[in-house]
Amino acid sequence: MKRLLFLAPIAVFVVVLVGFMAGLQRDPSILPSMLIGKPLPAFALAPMRPGGQGFTSAELVGQPVMVNVFASWCTVCKEEHPVLMALREQGVNIVGLDWREDADAGARWLAANGDPYAKTGNDASGRIGIDMGVSGAPETFVLDKRGRVRYRQVGEITPQVWSQTLGPLMARLRAES
Amino acid sequence: MKRLMLAGLAALAFAAPALAVTPDEQLKDPKLEARARAVSRELRCVVCQNQSIDDSAAPLAHDLRVILRERLAAGDTDQQAKAYLVARYGDFVLLRPPFQPDTWALWLGPLAVLAAGGAGAALYIRSRARASDAPLSAEEEAEAAALMATPEPATQEKLP
Repeated sequence: MKRLLFLAPIAVFVVVLVGFMAGLQRDPSILPSMLIGKPLPAFALAPMRPGGQGFTSAELVGQPVMVNVFASWCTVCKEEHPVLMALREQGVNIVGLDWREDADAGARWLAANGDPYAKTGNDASGRIGIDMGVSGAPETFVLDKRGRVRYRQVGEITPQVWSQTLGPLMARLRAES
Repeated sequence: MKRLMLAGLAALAFAAPALAVTPDEQLKDPKLEARARAVSRELRCVVCQNQSIDDSAAPLAHDLRVILRERLAAGDTDQQAKAYLVARYGDFVLLRPPFQPDTWALWLGPLAVLAAGGAGAALYIRSRARASDAPLSAEEEAEAAALMATPEPATQEKLP
């Protein structure tokens, strides 16, 4: 028994090693959202075109919705775009938050690439995104029927992210009463 | 070539460090600006995570610096201004993590390891001391006496 005590440091080392290995696999750019389980902070987004309509946070209740943060300056968003277009075809409820640029730039981008959003609003100063804890684009918040944030996707929605995470989640949220 | 390198080094010596904080962000009140600088040095940029927002040239860090200055100018204390950003981005934005249940391991872990090591070392030293202090058993006594009785073999020192 006493002999085995010499193995204790090795055992501790192995535990620490496993802990570090698990920790290093995680992507440090993905921060936990402060909003999980809470509604988005109240906002009113500006219209994309003069005379058009933006949308407010109050409009996001009733059915599950994905709030997608995008911008024309964001190259990854362009990669994500075809996936969103396909989801729109399937009838997935997505709204767009054009972040940190003039509405005009976002509107032109949507005109050129197609508009996958049921509603789109512009946050030129980026303040509304910052209130939501957005750290970059693309970023997507999944809201349940009551408008509470249930998931935050940092980075693009790939077909894999949709089929493994967001798709099943949206189906679950639709089934919720 | 050598001269060129020397010139390059001389040029480096005169290079001012690039500042992320641009003049248009700075507050007019030097006291308030100094506070803003001090607070922003404690806040992590969420884009380039090992820089503070004071150091970072990322656009989001710029936005956060401006927001921080607005909060301070509106009369927030340093703590309130920090709490404003923590409410949005989490404790992770604090470069100095707070002491709370989920960071106990972080703050106390090294102390715990040191204490465990110290306790182990103390136990080991004490057990050795106890072993050497114990009186000899009859058997050991006899062995020691026998050793003392044997004459030392003659030794001769060899020349090196």
